[in-house]
Amino acid sequence: MNHSLHITGGRVIDPANGIDEIRDIHVRDGIIVKEKSPHAEVIDAAGKVVSPGLIDIHVHFREPGQSHKETIASGARCAAFGGFTTVVCMPNTSPVADSPSTIAWIQERAATACVNVFCTGAITRGLAGEEMSPIGALAQAGVVALTDDGRCIQNHGVMRRAVEYARQFGLPVMDHCQEATLSADGVMNEGEWSTRLGLPGWPALAEDLIVARNILLAEETGHPIHCQHISSARSVRLLREARHRGVPITAEACPHHISLTDERLKTFDTNFKVNPPLRTPADIDAIIEGIADGTITILASDHAPHATYEKEVEFDQAPFGMLGLETELAVFLEILLHQRKALTLPQIITLLTVNPAKLLRLDRGTLSIGAPADITILNPSHSWTYDRNDSPSLSKNTPFHEFALRGRALTTIVGGKVVWDLENGFRN
Amino acid sequence: MTMNWQHKDLCALADHSAQELMTILDTATVFKGVGERNLKKVPALRGKTLVNFFIEPSTRTRISFELAAMRLSADVVNISASASSLEKGETLLDTARNLEALRADLIVIRHKSAGSARFLADRLQASVINAGDGAHEHPTQGLLDAFTIREKLGRIEGVRVAIVGDILFSRVARSNIQLLTKLGARVTLVGPPTLVPAAFSSLGVEIAHSIDEVLEESDVINLLRIQHERQRREYFPGVGEYTARFGLTKKRAALLKGNCLIMHPGPMNRGVEIDSAVADGKGSVILDQVTNGLAVRMAVLYLCSGGVPMDPSATDQ
Repeated sequence: MNHSLHITGGRVIDPANGIDEIRDIHVRDGIIVKEKSPHAEVIDAAGKVVSPGLIDIHVHFREPGQSHKETIASGARCAAFGGFTTVVCMPNTSPVADSPSTIAWIQERAATACVNVFCTGAITRGLAGEEMSPIGALAQAGVVALTDDGRCIQNHGVMRRAVEYARQFGLPVMDHCQEATLSADGVMNEGEWSTRLGLPGWPALAEDLIVARNILLAEETGHPIHCQHISSARSVRLLREARHRGVPITAEACPHHISLTDERLKTFDTNFKVNPPLRTPADIDAIIEGIADGTITILASDHAPHATYEKEVEFDQAPFGMLGLETELAVFLEILLHQRKALTLPQIITLLTVNPAKLLRLDRGTLSIGAPADITILNPSHSWTYDRNDSPSLSKNTPFHEFALRGRALTTIVGGKVVWDLENGFRN
Repeated sequence: MTMNWQHKDLCALADHSAQELMTILDTATVFKGVGERNLKKVPALRGKTLVNFFIEPSTRTRISFELAAMRLSADVVNISASASSLEKGETLLDTARNLEALRADLIVIRHKSAGSARFLADRLQASVINAGDGAHEHPTQGLLDAFTIREKLGRIEGVRVAIVGDILFSRVARSNIQLLTKLGARVTLVGPPTLVPAAFSSLGVEIAHSIDEVLEESDVINLLRIQHERQRREYFPGVGEYTARFGLTKKRAALLKGNCLIMHPGPMNRGVEIDSAVADGKGSVILDQVTNGLAVRMAVLYLCSGGVPMDPSATDQ
């Protein structure tokens, strides 16, 4: 196959190479190349931004086992729709992704998805938090990280041994930080609104305690631990202090945790039920401050589809989770760039490309010559109103339906091929 | 104050203005008069069907709603959790849609999940009345408590109300807080810090961790049932220590103002949150609350069915 692209006149922002200037990008056979190829398809990017393909290291594509919520194929289309060219799937599938055979099953489907789909493996068998998964075999099968996401390993001895063991394979450990005796049966942030609504509270303290544990374990073992979807102000403070001391600890933030507060739950709308829960304006301020000062270095969605019939039940019975990939870039740009002016566009792109690639050692997130041609063309100021019916997801559980947002992906290019653009939709 | 009620549902007192809530209390005053008559029935809801949909056990609230509906000439069906298809795995929404397909006009729901009444109200044409949703609200209990205070003391504004007990898990407390603060009462919540966490102060109330602090100043003392069987063991050490610190004993009752009202939403634990003699003694309006509950529920069913608000000072029924 000989397919070439010539992306002309765009503002190329490639943080990995310190580039932010108007220039052309050339693609041949799925690779970024230096020279223009004859007969290249021309994409006019004048007035637009050309970024390395965006990376989201936290998605739930529900296969195997829950394909009524999402499939690897439909989830990948959500990613492309949102400008993401690479995603990393969480292992809380059915069966749990804790064996090489399940990883192989996922990889087989991932091979035909429209974006790059990488796998994580479970730290413990069945996400039970007790026995270690076959971590060596998972590493060999090609997982990019280990995590029990959705669950948090409560037994500190088990967590310590797993981190120590993972070190020999160079696999980062990612953790969903939730101390279960404190979060107990909580379904929303513990605070004024849980008090008003009479819903069981999930206190920020339950996250903070595990973040502190993970800092100590990362320090003790010298192995990187990544704290997923940070929601609490005090967790940000703990992380900042630890990173100043050089502890190998990283963290990510999600769109909903910087844009929505627990007050949204006053109508008992389960589309706002997420784990960890939406918290307070002070938590939002602290997370944004943490993103701006380099405490939080990665942005991710925690894309978590659930069928309408599963969500349309009593609030405490509904599953946690919300869709995210379709609106992720727009919410980050709306809040961080436009409303708060907390980061510049190149800084935001850094947190969506180079940084996640570096954590998981992916050869992506850059427009370097010779790199895979994953490219996102975007307009950071494009005004639009999101309609959940436009999503390629099999589910509808977004909290951002009918939100007015600024910023959007216009063209998503994976491996040198345009897979989606705003004008024509999906190409296949 | 102009009378006003434009809603098909009553899910939470937090959703309504002081004016709307006064409209219910005024209309209830008229219905209380009906209950005092020899013939206790009016035709206001003749031909309407009310379903008492109680997914959590209750006797007094269910019977009160049933009697209120019968006095308004509605037809009443009672459904309990064990008799419903919820036991067979049907969702709450499907069960309620089936009730609506049978042309129920009013659904009174009690459910263990906060927000369940609102969940149905948003999805059904029928009127939905919340008879208690988890720890969220119990609107008609809040209304009947306020009705009783107004009836006995002649006013609500400026009245000092102490609510004592398991506030954290109490829907009665939340409905009382919403209504009483909107109508200008001064509310103090009393209990151990585990059951009265500081977050309650954001609701416009004061907090005390000893009942002795509020005895002399209170115009109303509302004692909640204290539960300790299974779920509260992490919250306080035991009933004995609770009674020692928060029980309304005879000795403490003697320190109350002479006209202080003693209230309890029932069912009481005699000798735990309230001394038995105090429950039956001077100042106790516990049975008046039950009687008033009927009038308040008649008013709520009537107004949510589109009835025109009634003003006791303007009519002579």
